[in-house]
This record gives sequence, C-alpha cells and structure tokens, in this order.
Amino acid sequence: MHSTASVMRFVLIMTSIVAMLLAFLQNGLKSRHDMNEAIYSKKATLGAIADHLGIDYSQISDEQVEEIFSSKIKQVVINSKGEEVPAAEVEAMGYKGGLAESIDLAKEHKKPLDEKLLPMYVFTKDDGKKYYIFNTRGKGLWDAIWGCVAVEDDFNTVAGVSFDHKAETPGLGAEIKDNKAWVKQFIGKKMYDGDEFKSVYVRKGGAKDPVYEVDGISGATITADGVSKMLAKGIAEYEPYIKKLRG
Amino acid sequence: MADVAVVEKKEAIKFGKKERKLLTDPLDDNNPITVQVLGICSALAVTTGLKNATVMAVAVVFVCVFSNTITSALRKSIPKQVRMIVQLVIIATLVTVVELTLKAYAFESYKQLSVFIGLIITNCIVMGRLEAFAMANRPYESALDGLGNGIGYGIILLIVAFFREFFGKGEIFGAKIIGATPDYMINTAESAWLGWYQYNNLMVLFPSAMFVIAVLIWAHRAWNPKLVDVS
Repeated sequence: MHSTASVMRFVLIMTSIVAMLLAFLQNGLKSRHDMNEAIYSKKATLGAIADHLGIDYSQISDEQVEEIFSSKIKQVVINSKGEEVPAAEVEAMGYKGGLAESIDLAKEHKKPLDEKLLPMYVFTKDDGKKYYIFNTRGKGLWDAIWGCVAVEDDFNTVAGVSFDHKAETPGLGAEIKDNKAWVKQFIGKKMYDGDEFKSVYVRKGGAKDPVYEVDGISGATITADGVSKMLAKGIAEYEPYIKKLRG
Repeated sequence: MADVAVVEKKEAIKFGKKERKLLTDPLDDNNPITVQVLGICSALAVTTGLKNATVMAVAVVFVCVFSNTITSALRKSIPKQVRMIVQLVIIATLVTVVELTLKAYAFESYKQLSVFIGLIITNCIVMGRLEAFAMANRPYESALDGLGNGIGYGIILLIVAFFREFFGKGEIFGAKIIGATPDYMINTAESAWLGWYQYNNLMVLFPSAMFVIAVLIWAHRAWNPKLVDVS
C-alpha cells in the first residue's frame, strides 16, 4: 500500500507530463488544424457551383481549392441594410482578415439585426459570367444544418447548392449532403415570382410545382422541412442587397 | 474470461508458443467483440463504411498497444488506490494524440468519425486489457496482447463494415460495385453491375450493425463449437 503522499506525488508528476505533452502537440499542430478547417468550408462553398468550376469537383485537391479562391472568387461582406462593408471596416469590427470567410453565421444569428454581417462570394467563370454564393444556416432534426446557395446573375435562378450538417441520421437526413442526385434537383429552380420572394420549397411526397419545389427525402421529413425553412429565412436576409442589384 | 496468465520470471524476450497464443487468442477463441461482447457501441457506430472502419481499427490498435505497454511499464509504481484513474489518463492521452493527429493529417476521416474517436476512451476493450493483463505482465507480452486485441476488434469492424457498405450503398471503400449510379435513372446506358439492385437503406442505419454482429456471433460459434458455452 502506498502512502497518501506518494500517491499525490505520482498523480502530480503524471498529470504534468501528460498536460505538457498534449499542450505541445496541440500547439504544434494548430496551424494545420486551422488550415484544414478553412479549406473544408471553402470546399463546401465551391460545392454550390461544382458544375461551373471547369474541373471535376469530386477529385478537387486542396491546392486547387486555394487557387480558385484566390483567383476567381471575390469575397464580399454585406450588412442587414444591403450595403457592402469594406474589408478594413470588417477587420476593425474584430473579424480576422476582414474577409467573408472569417464570418461565422452561427455567431451572427445571435446578434441583433442591425449588427449582423453576412458573407457572400462572387465567382467569375472563365467566360465572364458571374455566380453569387450565399450562406445560410438552420436547424435539422438533431442539430444544426447549413448550406451554400449559388444563384446566377439574374439573382433568381439557382445555379447549385451544397448542404452540410452536424448530426443528421446517416442514410436519412444526412442525404442532404451525401445524395448528389437530390442536391442536383435545385439547379435551375427560381427564387422569385416577379418581385415577390418565394424561395425553394422541399415538398414531401414529390414536387408539385416544377419551378419553386424539389422532391423531399423519404424518411427525412423534418430535415427536409429544416432545409426549406433555412433557405427561406437565409436568403431573405440577403434580400435588401439582392433588391438593389435587381434594380 | 480465459485470460492467459503469464508467470512473472526473468525470461528473455522471445516469440514462442505462449507469445503466439497471446496474439492469436483474441482473434478467435477470445475475440473482444464476438466472444466477450465488448466495444459494441463503436462497432455499431463507425461501420457504415470500410474507410471509416479502417481508420477506427488502426486507432484502436494504436491505443491498445501503447496503453498496454505504458501501463505495464509503470505497473510497479502505479499506486493501487488510484490505478483506474491512472489507466484512464493514459488511455485519454493516447486518444487525444490520435484525435489531434487525424485532425491535422486526415481531416476527412476526422470529420466523419467525429465523436467516436474520442469515445475510444470509453471502449471497454482497452480498459479491460489494462486491468486484466497489463497490470500483471511485462511490457513485451502486454504489447503483444494489446496488438492481438486491437486486431481482433478491427477485423470484426471491417467484416461488419464490408456487409453494411456493400449492401447499403453498393460500394467497397467508396468505389461503386453494384446497383444504380446516380445517373442511372436519367441515362439508362450508365449503370454499374446489377443496375436493378435497390440499396438496402436499413444496412446504413445502426440497427443493421446489431443484426450483422449477431449473425457473426452465431457463425463464429457454429465454426468453433467450443465457444458455445463460454458466454
């Protein structure tokens, strides 16, 4: 039997060794972790315009993601009045780098409306055509879901979407990310009826309206409803800006 | 549990019959999943695809081998009163090392395995081996025991993942083998083998892992009858 003092000594030495080891490792790998996180979300953004990239999106490498982001994408930050906020001003508000990629929608949603900032990405295709990518965030069945919506330069036709989720059920709710055929349905749908904002609705049992609706996912009604709500609410936040550009 | 107690002697390090038994016993007669029925939680959760199962298996082998070796090396200085906590700290440290490494060098797998890497800490196999074996044996034998148990766990994981991915998604390691491709309905000319095969969505969900493991347990006992009365 060990005495209390020796037990204390053993535990103290052990915890300090372990703490030092882990702190060392965490610090050493931190830059790689941050880089991976950044590329992961950039890749999701590009997923919304996968068909227009000119390269096979499923085979895209980290370097290609960075290259497209630095050469073909302009990052814009928008406030709730629909004005573009210059990067220097955004950085002064405490966002590192002042770019759209530094904005975390989960945090923005907790702020009052007039302090909210929204990220937007403008992708210029090789032929000069522009695509506007909006970010949106909502709730699925178990936890948060989020996505990127790309629209063509008429600010009406959807050019593509990509969704992601924190904890939806694999094979059911997780299909919003994994099922490429389902995601493809959004391409070509319209968001506006004249000047009235309609968004795109995920219809349980199959789309009834060929212009504004897509098929639901069987077994994932709540996640699909979450997607509908997220799109309606998320795109509506950009409306002041879209209205200005639509003229 | 029929643990092999290696008697503490000043023996030279060798690889004889006893050592081979340490390595092969957990693969068959004393398999952690099908015989001891441990580690079922993660076996249900990470077996939706072979890629995830492989990463998980490698992670568990790593944690098993090193936690066994470290605990065994410290076994004479670990105070008996706090041995469980000490073991837990060793496992938790190794798991955190695995998690941080995966996050830096295999980010896709890290995203998909998410919380289950952290849950290796609570995997009964690891802790069970420390208590039952590493606390009473030399580091060399403990390392072999950890390796055997990690592989015994990993093999079952891979078998379950194979059935679930093959029948649930028609894929092996993410490569389409059977069933319709996403373009199949639109462009009928494009299809993998057996384009008519309708993916069994149940295989992707957790309950199917239960069925697959149950069938494996049955098959294992049918093949090795001496296990029938073990547990």
